[in-house]
Amino acid sequence: MSDTTAQSGKPKERAWYEPDAKLSRRHAADRRLRIYGIAAIVFALSMLATLVGTIAITAAPAVTQTMVTLEVEVPEGAVDPSDPRGGSYQKILNESVARIFPEVDTPRELRELRQIFSNGGQYALRDKVVADPSLIGRTFEITFPLSDIGDQLHKGEIDRNLPPDYRRVSDQQIGWYDRLVAQDRISAPFNWGLIFNADSRFPELAGLWGALVGSFYALLICFLVSFPVGISAAVYLEEFAPKNRLTDLIEVNINNLAAVPSIVFGLLGLAVFLNFFGMPRSAPIVGGLVLSLMTLPTIIIATRAALKAVPPSIREAAIGVGASKMQTVGHHVLPLAMPGILTGTIIGLAQALGETAPLLLIGMNAFITAAPDSMFNPSTALPTQIYIWADSPERGFTSRTSAAIIVLLGFLVCMNAIAIYMRKRFERRW
Amino acid sequence: MSVSLLFAIVLVLALVGYFLGRANASGLKASGKNLHSIPPYHGYYIALWCGLPAFVLVLVWQAAQGSIIDQILIAGLPSHLTEGTSAARVSLILGEIKNVAAGRVFGTPEPAVIEAAEHYKSLQSTASLALVACTLAVAVGGIAFARARLSPDFRARNRVDGILRGLLIICSVLAILTTLGIILSLLIESFAFFSRVPVLSFLFGMEWSPQMAIRSDQVAAEGAFGAVPVFWGTIFISAIAMFVALPVGLFSAIYLVEYADKRVRSFVKPLLEILAGIPTIVYGFFAVLTVAPFIREFGMSLGLDVASNSALAAGGVMGIMIIPFISSFSDDAISAVPQSMRDGAYALGATKAETIRQVLLPAALPGIVGGVLLAVSRAIGETMIVVMAAGLTATLTANPLEGVTTVTVQIVTLLIGDTEFDSPKTLAAFGLGLVLFISTLVLNIVALQVVKRYRERYE
Repeated sequence: MSDTTAQSGKPKERAWYEPDAKLSRRHAADRRLRIYGIAAIVFALSMLATLVGTIAITAAPAVTQTMVTLEVEVPEGAVDPSDPRGGSYQKILNESVARIFPEVDTPRELRELRQIFSNGGQYALRDKVVADPSLIGRTFEITFPLSDIGDQLHKGEIDRNLPPDYRRVSDQQIGWYDRLVAQDRISAPFNWGLIFNADSRFPELAGLWGALVGSFYALLICFLVSFPVGISAAVYLEEFAPKNRLTDLIEVNINNLAAVPSIVFGLLGLAVFLNFFGMPRSAPIVGGLVLSLMTLPTIIIATRAALKAVPPSIREAAIGVGASKMQTVGHHVLPLAMPGILTGTIIGLAQALGETAPLLLIGMNAFITAAPDSMFNPSTALPTQIYIWADSPERGFTSRTSAAIIVLLGFLVCMNAIAIYMRKRFERRW
Repeated sequence: MSVSLLFAIVLVLALVGYFLGRANASGLKASGKNLHSIPPYHGYYIALWCGLPAFVLVLVWQAAQGSIIDQILIAGLPSHLTEGTSAARVSLILGEIKNVAAGRVFGTPEPAVIEAAEHYKSLQSTASLALVACTLAVAVGGIAFARARLSPDFRARNRVDGILRGLLIICSVLAILTTLGIILSLLIESFAFFSRVPVLSFLFGMEWSPQMAIRSDQVAAEGAFGAVPVFWGTIFISAIAMFVALPVGLFSAIYLVEYADKRVRSFVKPLLEILAGIPTIVYGFFAVLTVAPFIREFGMSLGLDVASNSALAAGGVMGIMIIPFISSFSDDAISAVPQSMRDGAYALGATKAETIRQVLLPAALPGIVGGVLLAVSRAIGETMIVVMAAGLTATLTANPLEGVTTVTVQIVTLLIGDTEFDSPKTLAAFGLGLVLFISTLVLNIVALQVVKRYRERYE
């Protein structure tokens, strides 16, 4: 093989169908472009996988909540049966803890011992006694959460082999915890508190209920405002509007509104709803109104597309039998376009559910420990709750933040699945 | 009486009006008269006349009641409480009065405040009584008025259609009102800001430290509100984002349109679009939780000094978020190039890659550019990723491993937890918001024009 083409200078004998060097180069370029494309897609999808994967992995510890079961004796005199809310339940709990750990008596040790148990124990006990005052004077079992460090000990997130100065629990606390385990007092049931508790400073007590209710109210307002208004605007623009300056202006406007940064809507809400109209700060009604202004363009654009898809023959037939323009639209065109409109609405609402920035500006990131009674009460929303937790320094909030994100993503997946199902099920091709 | 109950009553009255009108028309029809419109339209006409004015009245009343009562209260306060005090102080007194009225008493309020609280309570009950009375009067009056106009040759359908058309027009004008509201609120607050801080020193100043001004008399008007470092941070992070998103989005679009077979395409495209559906707060948390520590450790292992809130982490994650925008716009643009142009190139012996580079991309360029511009405007206005992952201090640096701040981060940090509206600190947020709105608006208009032109070319 000494007579390779280039060196010898002699043109190589080659058949007409064999590729020459230039053609191979061109084909190599083609392959390269294909590989770049595959690499780009692999990169994007692996990022998606990493995102979902890391969130799921960090959320895993929050699936269960470590609980402790204690025997509690509520003495007759400690709680007034006519007003069971007023008892000093922390003292009662401390006594039953002391029965398990009789040797602990210095104030410093007692404080360390109490750090294992959640501060919420007294409220769990109180609620139990309030619900059933006949418990006063009896001894019964109560199950309540361990604190953040107890929870992490149980889940193995604290490395026991580290020197004590490098971990958040002392050797003594580990010993106490192990004794609770040995006495079979520790359990780790499913973390219902994450859904049904309101927010709290303590990670083991914090839950999403307030945020879920707040988001529900905000989305309800958003739907009640943006759905009728969006459909009406789209119907007018698509079916009635003459082609003139004003309608052109409205069109350009709607397209631009769809692309205005969400935080600008937050500024609008702050300046107009809170400052000018004096509506309550942090309230879901204001959040819902701001979100509805953001969702409006989405719904209008989706509705117009759905109306456009209804063939003109339907309109002509209706007008032919004497319907007015309004009857044609109301009785025939809109019902036929409804699946498309609803799909667009659900997608718009899903976007609104995940929107955070405007809600921050109108104060829906307040720390509120109870679910709102009405849409005028201060509240958080799901995404702002995630923001609050992500900002909290306690370790236990990291897994709760991820778990809250999973809940949010779960809602979004459900809404989008409904939208896709409706599109598949009801879409008509004419 | 709660507003929802009032709405329910109005609704019931409207329903009554509907049946009244319909029954009346049916009666006329039964007696052999020739009606212009079918009976239900007579009903609709009454129902609209009953429900609409009452509904609007309740809304307007609700919006205005609070501030009118406040005005009456302030006018009724003894002069030593109101004279010569600032607006903030007066609103504080108002808050105290309302707290006392609601039974939340802290300390011992002044007798004048207690008196005003009683006054407030009586005003409130008067107002809600008056609201109920007025609403019912308007609703019943509407029924009576509309009922009186009904006759066999009354053109009820035309009237109802006209009213409905008016409602539709009002709804579509709401889009303009929203834009107007945005522009006005930004402009008014920005003017208040620029009356204290000169426009030029805001736009071209090099020092941004609004948090320094703790008291209002402490504001260093010159120097503290120079927004250039903030603008630079925004541009810098957006540039990093586009640096990630542009190649990835473009190459994946090229592959999906020109190389991938149908099955792969129908599987990969929705997956890519999931990236666009993930809320930005999730990206922000991802940046803080995973990407920033990863970049930091990686940089440390190379001996580099990496800030924990580096521009690279925020920009990179934002880039991932923007990938689907670029890819779907490029996808649409490349797919829209007519097949004949591909066939022509192939017929001349061009390979796929050559066809793409020399025929398809030049032809699709306007569409792609439009998409990229929209993506840039998206990156500039993106908030949550940078709020969580980017820095708070405004530094003028071109080192992606240092922290920079952005316009949106500053807006959020200036406004969170602050209700005071007359400090330059909060007003500065509206100045930034105005700049943000104008720049994204220009980008959007240009982008939409480019995309529209391009669509027309191949349709």
